[in-house]
Amino acid sequence: MTTENRAFKRLVEVGRVVFIDSGEDAGKLAVIVEIIDHNRALIDGPSTGVARHAHAFRGMTLTDLVVRGFPRGAGSKIIKKYFDKEDILIKWNKSTWARKLDNRTRRAALTDFDRFKLLKFKKQRRFIVQSEIAKLRKNK
Amino acid sequence: MARVPRNRFLVPGIPRYSRSKIFAKKALFKRKKDKIPKAVPEVKTTKTVQIKGDKNGGERVVPLEKAPRFYPAEDVPRPKKSRKVHKTTKLRSSITPGTVLILLAGRYNGRRVVFLKQLKSGLLLVTGPFKVNGVPIKRVNQSYVIATSTKVDISTCSLDKFDDSYFKREKKPSKKGTEEEFFDEGKEQKKVIPKEKVDAQIELDKQLCASLKKIPHIQDYLRARFSLTKAPAK
Repeated sequence: MTTENRAFKRLVEVGRVVFIDSGEDAGKLAVIVEIIDHNRALIDGPSTGVARHAHAFRGMTLTDLVVRGFPRGAGSKIIKKYFDKEDILIKWNKSTWARKLDNRTRRAALTDFDRFKLLKFKKQRRFIVQSEIAKLRKNK
Repeated sequence: MARVPRNRFLVPGIPRYSRSKIFAKKALFKRKKDKIPKAVPEVKTTKTVQIKGDKNGGERVVPLEKAPRFYPAEDVPRPKKSRKVHKTTKLRSSITPGTVLILLAGRYNGRRVVFLKQLKSGLLLVTGPFKVNGVPIKRVNQSYVIATSTKVDISTCSLDKFDDSYFKREKKPSKKGTEEEFFDEGKEQKKVIPKEKVDAQIELDKQLCASLKKIPHIQDYLRARFSLTKAPAK
């Protein structure tokens, strides 16, 4: 990108990492390899298990991450090389977005007993934090 | 093409052909009926009796049961014998011995209990255990229960003495119409739980708590009451 765009932070461009919302790959990351038209793009995710295919923009969400350096329409092998070189997956897993998604799946998988334990641990944490705060208030 | 039955229903309950018509159509008269005769156990209906007197032939065959002297003039309609059989209730697959259940109805609703076994009547045998949350050994229908995925080891518990007859109530002596009834009306007699039931509960609690102790937090969990909130506890 040579010209700087201030209105939009995430652009549809070759190398843009997208989060797939719909289809069988829903929930996975992929990279835009080529823009087909104003509705669809060719995406590929060799490191994330997404086959190279055309995907509609409305079925994906753009992320902040971009894979730089590979040419337009590059093959899967090259994309994998660049994708891994930039540690896209590590960066993604650090993002708040990914952590929220992870949290949600974990919460959904909790059993009744797990939820009870969580409640109990939260109570314990609250007790420690609040008693410390109370101490600080008293000393002031 | 799907095979259409020859004798289809005109309207539900009324078949197109009669039974004899079907007999003819299927040519069942050509078939040989080779039934295997049922082995009928021989039942004695008569006995021989010694008769005294010279001219009486010595002995006589006499029916065991005398034919009634009178017959009712009119036929009395008898109710049909019911051939229905109670099937054993199928236990929900999520309920296995040791599963923690949530009771939904009755005095202990919202209580989490441990499932012990299914009784012959199809009811579930559960206990709190009583020591932990106050729910005694009791029976519940599985429809009034949520099964959780939490399981407890109950292999150490001996459950042989608990069956449906264990829960039979003792009959109260009826005092109706006596003087006692009139005078006793005001005072409610306190229900006394028999000692052997108390002991059985204590014994079972001991066995169950031994395995509960191995799982951290489970006793607190069983003690807590289940309820739905606007936002489920996160």
